[in-house]
Amino acid sequence: MHRTFWAIAKKEMYHILRDTRTLIILFGMPIALVIIFGYTISNEFKNASISVIDQSRDDLSKSFIEHLTSSGHFRLVTTGKKVEDLEHAFKAGQIKMGVIIPPKFETQYYRNNTVTVQIITDATEPNYAATLNNYAINIISSFNKGDPALSSAPYRIDIKTRMFYNPELVGAYNFIPGVAALILMLVSAMMTSLTIAKEKETGTMDLLLVSPVPPLIIILGKVAPYIILSFIDALIVFAMGYYIFEVPILGSLPLLLLMSLIYLMVALSLGVLISTVADTQQTAMMASMFALLLPTMLLSGFIFPIASMPTLLQVISRIIPATYFIDIEKAIMLKGAGWEVIQQSAIVMVVMVIVLLLITWKNFKIIHK
Amino acid sequence: MVRLYYIIRKEFIQIRRNKAMLPIMTILPIVQLILLSYAADNEVKNVNLDILDQDRSVYSKQLIEKIRISDRFNIIEISSSMHQADKLMQDGEVDIILAIPPQFEVDFHKNKAGDLQLLVNAINGQQATVGASYLSAIIQSFNQEIRADAAPSLAMTGSMPEPMPRISTEYAYWYNPDLNYKYFMVPGILGELVTILVMLLTAMNIVREREIGTIEQINVTPIKKWQFILGKMIPFLILGMVLMVIGLTLGKLIFDVPMRGNLAIVFAYCFVNLTAVLGLGLFISNLSDTQQQAMFTTFFFVIIFILMSGLFTPIESMPEWAQYFTIPNPIAHFVSVMRAVLLKGSGFADVAYHFQVTAILAVVFNTLAIWSYSKVS
Amino acid sequence: MPSEIVIKVNNLTKKFGDFTAVDQITFDVKVGEIFGFLGANGAGKTTAIKMLIGLNRPTDGEAQVAGYDVYRETEKIKQNIGYMSQKFSLYEDLSVRQNIEFYGGIYGLPRKAIRKKTDEIIQKLGLQDRAKKVVGDLPLGWKQRLAFAVAGVHDPRIIFLDEPTGGVDPVTRRQFWEMIYESANNGVTIFVTTHYMDEAEYCDRISIMVDGEIKALGTPAELKAKFSSETMDDVFIKLARG
Repeated sequence: MHRTFWAIAKKEMYHILRDTRTLIILFGMPIALVIIFGYTISNEFKNASISVIDQSRDDLSKSFIEHLTSSGHFRLVTTGKKVEDLEHAFKAGQIKMGVIIPPKFETQYYRNNTVTVQIITDATEPNYAATLNNYAINIISSFNKGDPALSSAPYRIDIKTRMFYNPELVGAYNFIPGVAALILMLVSAMMTSLTIAKEKETGTMDLLLVSPVPPLIIILGKVAPYIILSFIDALIVFAMGYYIFEVPILGSLPLLLLMSLIYLMVALSLGVLISTVADTQQTAMMASMFALLLPTMLLSGFIFPIASMPTLLQVISRIIPATYFIDIEKAIMLKGAGWEVIQQSAIVMVVMVIVLLLITWKNFKIIHK
Repeated sequence: MVRLYYIIRKEFIQIRRNKAMLPIMTILPIVQLILLSYAADNEVKNVNLDILDQDRSVYSKQLIEKIRISDRFNIIEISSSMHQADKLMQDGEVDIILAIPPQFEVDFHKNKAGDLQLLVNAINGQQATVGASYLSAIIQSFNQEIRADAAPSLAMTGSMPEPMPRISTEYAYWYNPDLNYKYFMVPGILGELVTILVMLLTAMNIVREREIGTIEQINVTPIKKWQFILGKMIPFLILGMVLMVIGLTLGKLIFDVPMRGNLAIVFAYCFVNLTAVLGLGLFISNLSDTQQQAMFTTFFFVIIFILMSGLFTPIESMPEWAQYFTIPNPIAHFVSVMRAVLLKGSGFADVAYHFQVTAILAVVFNTLAIWSYSKVS
Repeated sequence: MPSEIVIKVNNLTKKFGDFTAVDQITFDVKVGEIFGFLGANGAGKTTAIKMLIGLNRPTDGEAQVAGYDVYRETEKIKQNIGYMSQKFSLYEDLSVRQNIEFYGGIYGLPRKAIRKKTDEIIQKLGLQDRAKKVVGDLPLGWKQRLAFAVAGVHDPRIIFLDEPTGGVDPVTRRQFWEMIYESANNGVTIFVTTHYMDEAEYCDRISIMVDGEIKALGTPAELKAKFSSETMDDVFIKLARG
């Protein structure tokens, strides 16, 4: 029996090794993802393009604009004469914020003691708009304070904001566990569902199934190589996190790897389940894309916090394996948690494997009665 | 044209006959649109807050009350020790700690200044950082109130200076005054889903015929390469456009997404964009030996395209070198155009840049697709 | 002109790297002939056929099919030939009618002609009851006859058949050959590869390929005489043993 298993596993391994391009993609994908998350994606809002409509053009307005742009948050890209110019720039996507300085700025400022500047933000992206708005208000009040005409503004509350958990590297704390979960799901679930669907499509599955080997051994033999592949991928992600982004592994590494293995089992059983339902590779792929990959990316708390989702989605996120795996990863890696802390999530994953395999088993019997 | 008609008809028959595929191609994307639009909600609300009130004064109570009535924060705890607050943050229970120091009110009057501290759990990304922005806005406005409150008391001591000149601000959130996050996400997600779907389908299409062997029968016919490519493209182009119509309708019905601009521009752009994406899909298909290969190649691109499209995080925040990568990214243009036209009412001239770039991409990708389709092995 | 040459092959060669799959083959095929192209598996038959129909580019040598050059005029060749491959390659998820119509369309027949031709083929194959059924559900013998009919949907001058009768019973093979004869009687040239030696007897002329080279060429009677054998089987075995 185990000889058959090895024969099939070996055959599958040959298939994989012969396909250099897929191999490059399989190992290139985690690297590319880590680089993208690490170096290009940022939740911060900086360098926002703005436009200033200066209707005064006096000394004060000039030093005001100077103050605004020297903050580093804003980049002055256009200037206009009237509000319509702003509208145009917004629509063409040139700017995110517009500042309107009223006529007779300096005169009003010194004569009336107060003058109002208008800030308009492009709120199509709400968080960006709110943040820019707040930056602008802060900068303007610091201008008030720093105005040489004033010694100091009394009765001001200073707010000191401190980012916790190493603000520069903080993204990595979040994305390294997320990327690991995504890659494991991608490689193991999709690859297995596809490779089994392929044998069905080309008719070679029948050949295997008429052999005296139990179907489960055949399936296991086919998926075994993918376990190794995806495990290597996970190691790549953890290693890049550790060496490049200084994401620590405070807890036990063997425990982390063991948990990765259990999660992998969940992913594989999902892949096998899909392939029992799908007859063609296309179907298998679409099913794994829309039923596994996008949810893993978007509902697991990897990109969007679960806490701010509506209740229904929070419930759905609880049936997504990646949610548990990411929790476990974060607990072990960032908090150094041990088995006591993660056991609940771990048990959920084990139960998932069992349930999925049972469903697969049943499906399998129906197909090959 | 007879040839084209029969190829297109054949693709449609195959699509229709595939019982498993049809629901996957139509219902799943729509379910995804709805689910994802709810999931991809980065609207900052219910930010978990711990207020470390070491002052317990009238001011601190007023401030806490002011925060409480804003609907963006959940005050989880009013802690009395830093240790307690710290632990809550470490356990991930709170996103932000607002620390009010002892003697805050007394010092405010005595020193004519006060200090507050915000400790932000940056792991939670936008929730925490944008939340901190909102919180400091609340504190600013609280500051103005108590300043007015403090001024008369100053006047009594006779040290009230001349009223000081200052700049006040008035602000407006254009195009989305309620800061509704779904308005932002729905158009983008729709563009993204339509793109992924057609790209995956086409990428697997030709290579599938090669794997099954039917392509050989086609290759011995005198069909022109461009006829074949076009015949493969049009069905998926139609599918994409239909999904777009359904998606926009649902966006309007379920999420009430504003549609300020001319929908004709949206559809015209969608057409150009799908042409480009389909070309890329077919190009990948031609270069692949197996469906598996085609799929993984496509996936590689699709994931990078999505992450770097500005769909979830602003392109402007990327480093400059990375921003160049968004130029050949069809999803990035799609997302921009959808948002600009639907939400801001941008006209054709406003999005002409995206039209131009995408049209160039379409020409390049389709030329590659036709060139790489070889009837001779 | 019955003796007009429709396929002319001169020293045609195909190499894959160091391996020479087809080694300087030379032969002619006349209009209306049934030309048998024999050889063991791996002798290079399929490669040779693919060069003639424009699916493979020759490495060396010359060939004209239906008067067109196999290097420069492959698309013109394709308009004039039909091809049925070893592996069944019609769309299994399309119905009988849809498959015929599809290929009619691909060959650019006018719509009316497509309809007429489709009805004709269905009639001839006796598939009236199954015309709307998916091809994948047909028995293999029917599939092969359908594939042959589809290869001739545009009335080509030559039909290339690559091991058309693999895996079916003798009765079905017999029926298949009747279709071939009918086409040949209508003036269509048939170029057929096979490794069934009894089928070789049905051909007007045959060539026998061994290791990429043509080792014998002539009518079945000529070859039997030349190798002093009773049957084609014998001829073949003698040749194969070299």
